[in-house]
Amino acid sequence: MMTYKEILEQLNVRANCKKYGLGMWRCPQFLFLVMGGAIIATAIITYVLGTRYVADPDTVSLIVLVTTLILFVLTFSITRSLEGLAEANRLKSEFISIVSHQLRAPLSNLKWALEILISGRFGKISGKPVDYLQILEDNTKRMGELVASLLIVSRIEQGRFPLHKAAFPLIDLIKEAVAEFKPIASASNIDIVLEAPKSDLPLAFGDSAQLKIVVENFIDNAVRYTKGSGKVAVSIAPKNGGLLFSCKDGGVGIPKEDQRHIFQKFFRSSNVLKYQTQGSGLGLYIAKSIIEKSGGKIGFKSEQDKGSTFWFTIPTKK
Amino acid sequence: MVYHTNKKVNNFMSKKILFVEDEAALQKTLGDVLEQEGYKVINTLDGEAGLKAAKAEIPDLILLDLILPKMHGFEVLKSLKGDAATKDIPIIVLTNLESMGDIEKALELGATTYLVKASYTLEEVVSKIKKALGE
Repeated sequence: MMTYKEILEQLNVRANCKKYGLGMWRCPQFLFLVMGGAIIATAIITYVLGTRYVADPDTVSLIVLVTTLILFVLTFSITRSLEGLAEANRLKSEFISIVSHQLRAPLSNLKWALEILISGRFGKISGKPVDYLQILEDNTKRMGELVASLLIVSRIEQGRFPLHKAAFPLIDLIKEAVAEFKPIASASNIDIVLEAPKSDLPLAFGDSAQLKIVVENFIDNAVRYTKGSGKVAVSIAPKNGGLLFSCKDGGVGIPKEDQRHIFQKFFRSSNVLKYQTQGSGLGLYIAKSIIEKSGGKIGFKSEQDKGSTFWFTIPTKK
Repeated sequence: MVYHTNKKVNNFMSKKILFVEDEAALQKTLGDVLEQEGYKVINTLDGEAGLKAAKAEIPDLILLDLILPKMHGFEVLKSLKGDAATKDIPIIVLTNLESMGDIEKALELGATTYLVKASYTLEEVVSKIKKALGE
């Protein structure tokens, strides 16, 4: 049995919808209220119609009662099942949040312990063991990055993802990212070229730390999914009073049937799975959330085996 | 006594660092490195013991985690800054909480520096400690 307090809590529709992280029109409690209104309206209409066309008042009341009851039972069972889904979704977000937070402490411990071993502070290590320590360090770093992505996802889902917006030169951030990826790219014979206009570009307005994540994600994907040698063209240009960033590769591309899922969380295209087992399917989901929160647009053009171009726009300082 | 000291380096001249952290592995890694750097490290595993040790030992610097058993790091911070004997000790908050709210609160309460464990290497943490000690 629900206690008095629980019933009151259930009645606070706004709080419940917020808890599930759903908009009003997708929130079970709110829909239940709306349906309640609809049922009352139906009852009144049935009553009006009944008194006009059916002579016997008892029959009219019976019709009204039965219609209302059927509608009520239907509404109740539908919203109940919706509520179950919303609750499952909330628990899943919470699970991701707890897991990613809990993984951080042991990962920090591992990272620092490995750093000490590799630094040779407490005794020099040489030969094969160095290689194995390096493997441990690389994989700890990978896990750390994955956990960081999961944390961002859980913040986005729980609506706790504030952007700290300010004016900044996007071109500098792009240059940094290109320089960062150059060594890895050239090791796989991939050339990263930056195309930018000679004239000064306006300052972008957004959260530079978050936009860096997006730029790096685009370049990382372009390099990762270019097979054999190739070129990745990164460009920035003014567009419609904002800035347009794009990243073009001649890589494996995205099959047509996968294109509409590409920004979904945990989605990975079917053709990349055979080239690259690594990757969480979180990068583009995070990128989309960041760009949309920054007031920009994000999109891509892609053809399988020909390559992809990913782009985003970002407002400039007015 | 609730806390213990590592006795490898016990030079009277060396500076004292109080490390309040419930992760034993972290106390070992950072503690060993700091001792090698010539500091005397006092380790405590919870907020209450940390506060007690700070008042008894008056260290030159305090490394403070936020999520601690018995007493939250913010309370330890508030209590240290409210006591004339300990209010001038520089405090470095070393934690995995990274929301702007937590960072602002810690700095408002008087922390010298705020470091997120996941974002720093051990070497970087050591150099921040040296900087806070004015070295």
